Amino acid sequence: MKKILLGLAAAGLGTMLAFGGGAFAEEAAHNAAEPTHFPIKHPEQMKWSFAGPFGTYDKQQLQRGLKIYKEVCSACHSMKLVAFRSLSELGYSEAQVKAFAAEYEVKDGPNAEGEMFTRKAIPADHFPAPFANEQAAAAANNGAAPPDFSLIAKARAVERGFPQFLIDIFWGQYQEGGPDYIHALLTGFGETPPEGMKIPEGTHYNPYFIAAKSLAMAQPLQDGQVTYDDGSPQTLAQYSKDVSAFLMWAAEPHLEDRKKTGFRVMIFLVLFAGLLYVAKRRIWADIEH
Amino acid sequence: MSGGHSSYTPNTGIEKWVDARLPLPRLIYDSFVAYPVPRNLNYAYAFGGILAIMLVSQIITGVVLAMHYAADTGLAFNSVEKIMRDVNSGWLLRYLHSNGASMFFLAVWVHIFRGLYYGSYKAPRELLWILGVIILLLMMATAFMGYVLPWGQMSFWGATVITGFFTAFPIIGDPIQQLLLGGFAVDNPTLNRFFSLHYLLPFMIAGVVILHVWALHVTGQTNPTGIEVKSKTDTVAFTPYATIKDAFALSLFLILFAYFVFYMPNYMGHPDNYIPADSLKTPAHIVPEWYFLPFYAMLRAITFNIGPINSKLGGVLTMFGSIAILFIVPWLDTSKVRSAVYRPWYKLFFWIFVANAIMLGWLGSRPAEGIYTILSQLGTAFYFGFFIIIMPLLGLIETPRRIPNSITEAVLAKTKSGGQPAGVAAAPETKG
Ligand code: HEC
Ligand code: HEM
Repeated sequence: MKKILLGLAAAGLGTMLAFGGGAFAEEAAHNAAEPTHFPIKHPEQMKWSFAGPFGTYDKQQLQRGLKIYKEVCSACHSMKLVAFRSLSELGYSEAQVKAFAAEYEVKDGPNAEGEMFTRKAIPADHFPAPFANEQAAAAANNGAAPPDFSLIAKARAVERGFPQFLIDIFWGQYQEGGPDYIHALLTGFGETPPEGMKIPEGTHYNPYFIAAKSLAMAQPLQDGQVTYDDGSPQTLAQYSKDVSAFLMWAAEPHLEDRKKTGFRVMIFLVLFAGLLYVAKRRIWADIEH
Repeated sequence: MSGGHSSYTPNTGIEKWVDARLPLPRLIYDSFVAYPVPRNLNYAYAFGGILAIMLVSQIITGVVLAMHYAADTGLAFNSVEKIMRDVNSGWLLRYLHSNGASMFFLAVWVHIFRGLYYGSYKAPRELLWILGVIILLLMMATAFMGYVLPWGQMSFWGATVITGFFTAFPIIGDPIQQLLLGGFAVDNPTLNRFFSLHYLLPFMIAGVVILHVWALHVTGQTNPTGIEVKSKTDTVAFTPYATIKDAFALSLFLILFAYFVFYMPNYMGHPDNYIPADSLKTPAHIVPEWYFLPFYAMLRAITFNIGPINSKLGGVLTMFGSIAILFIVPWLDTSKVRSAVYRPWYKLFFWIFVANAIMLGWLGSRPAEGIYTILSQLGTAFYFGFFIIIMPLLGLIETPRRIPNSITEAVLAKTKSGGQPAGVAAAPETKG
């Protein structure tokens, strides 16, 4: 046993040295005016109600996030995989969901005459897209189509780097890279680019953007832009948190169910493993091995 | 072992009736109940059983996923999302299947390292080892094609890169690639044939697993001492001894599996695979699943031409060679001693090999530039050097430690030095 541990230690040490060398090399390649690795700045790690093994969504927060999506982001970003009916998970009654859906128009048809027509949306419909197709969306936005929001909170995560990505497994169970990223992006527009950096026309500097130094979206949210009716602060910081949480829900609607089931499964497995261990000890008790 | 006598005695009339016609109960009894296993097996030996369970788990979750999945480029991504959102417990099925693939590979790597450490590949277990390497190849093909099915960005670009390797081969390269793709680029025909093969290969794996277990039951298991079983006191009956120990190990493994499924289901995946495939947008870094990273690093380590072999072909040959070399490991190891326990130098190099494999994995996730390339080249050199130079050479020059005469002697010596009452050599067979 001791031998195996010593071996493991040596293996670990060797690996660590190599990691250290590599990380150092990456650091050295950094150039402030024309960076080659993105994002330029790592997102700040926020506190989320849905983090950790017992995390749950804060329904009030999701409702505020929905409001922001509806009033601001939905002008450009679609959310095609989310059905109105699932909004009941945000704490809305069936009538409220119906009324919410009815504010949207969707294309349907053909009718008996063979014509396509528009009608009011019903809960079974999905959020309609603001643009007819990706080309139209890109044409209206400086050549970059605003990405769909259904999965954006799972489709973006900034690499955590060594050794953080290992620590993340057992310490904190970090799975909130998506919302952290969106929050950082939305609050990261105000900064001035470093001296000498060229920002392509029609794009906006944001050191948190994952793919480049600037992006085609201008700062979408400002203090006071959206009116909250639950008394929460109407600030950019609050808006950003709320809409990020909402997007996490849109991407992972069964998160609460998953964590709840997980807890039961874990309890069962731990008890089961304990019983097996006791049984194993008894069966092997009279046998040297 | 098998081939010898069978200790199965049918008691009831119906058992006798079946036994005289198709002795399947006898086969099962002899293979999984009375079957003698070395008494000194440690938990490294539990991974074979764990792998069998993981294969069953992948097949069950996979078959149910396939009921809801649509293998069409226009539908695939959304059909998987429909599973995640609308199918009852669909999220669970899908996370079990995608994390299950990772756990499957975790187990298989441990299983293979166990084999390398205890010399499990040495005579008379060469075929057993070779069957294992075939299973590994089939698993890699299965997992690669499975990863293409959700039709995300990494699915598409991973498939493009990997099938592109084949074009490195002169003359036959292009036809092979076109056969794989069903055309000239990754598209609907590719997705369809990958789905068909992804459904087929796990059952072929199951077939090879049967051969693997058959071969195992002919030669018997190795054990940490590497000494063959000599007498009855060296072994215990599979049931209850190995059964309960394997079950306990499996339950621990399932805890780890459940931990990822329920708390970190996307930790081992790549965020880009939640973006629908787009043939016009190349992701910044195309990286394979974590369990392929060491091979990816070796592929990209060859940045230079070697005579008539250009760097691309060289990389591909290196990558395939890194698996192919496993086939001849039984003949590369010249040592008369089986287990690393009694081989101080081999043990040292073994752990460096492990560290090197982990380092290559990390390098596979880095961009192929600067220091990373140099480290990958060093790592690749060590990977092959371990098999081609160290293994044959150490067997000739290393002085092994004294080897006990039998498993029983080794076990009793250990308990004695551990200060526990030694007792007489218990005759474990009695419990079987
Ligand atoms: C005027 C149109 C417009 C509005 C309104 C808008 N966006 Fe965007 N958004 C864009 C465009 C265009 C892009 C693509 C940028 C690029 O790729 O250069 C984008 C990209 C994004 C991205 C992805 C960045 C990445 O990593 O690729 C996020 C996240 C985002 N927007 C969040 C929001 C949020 C949240 C809102 C609402 C508060 C919002 N956007 C409102 C146009 C808009
Ligand atoms: C050797 C065992 C298997 C391995 C290693 C394996 C591996 C994988 C992997 C890595 C994925 C991609 C997961 C993701 O990112 O979503 C996948 C998807 C899939 N697999 Fe398997 N699989 C196995 C067996 C099977 C079997 C037997 C079936 C039955 C038909 C199956 C059906 C599917 C389907 C339908 C998908 C697409 C849905 C999805 O992406 O979740 N798999 N598989």
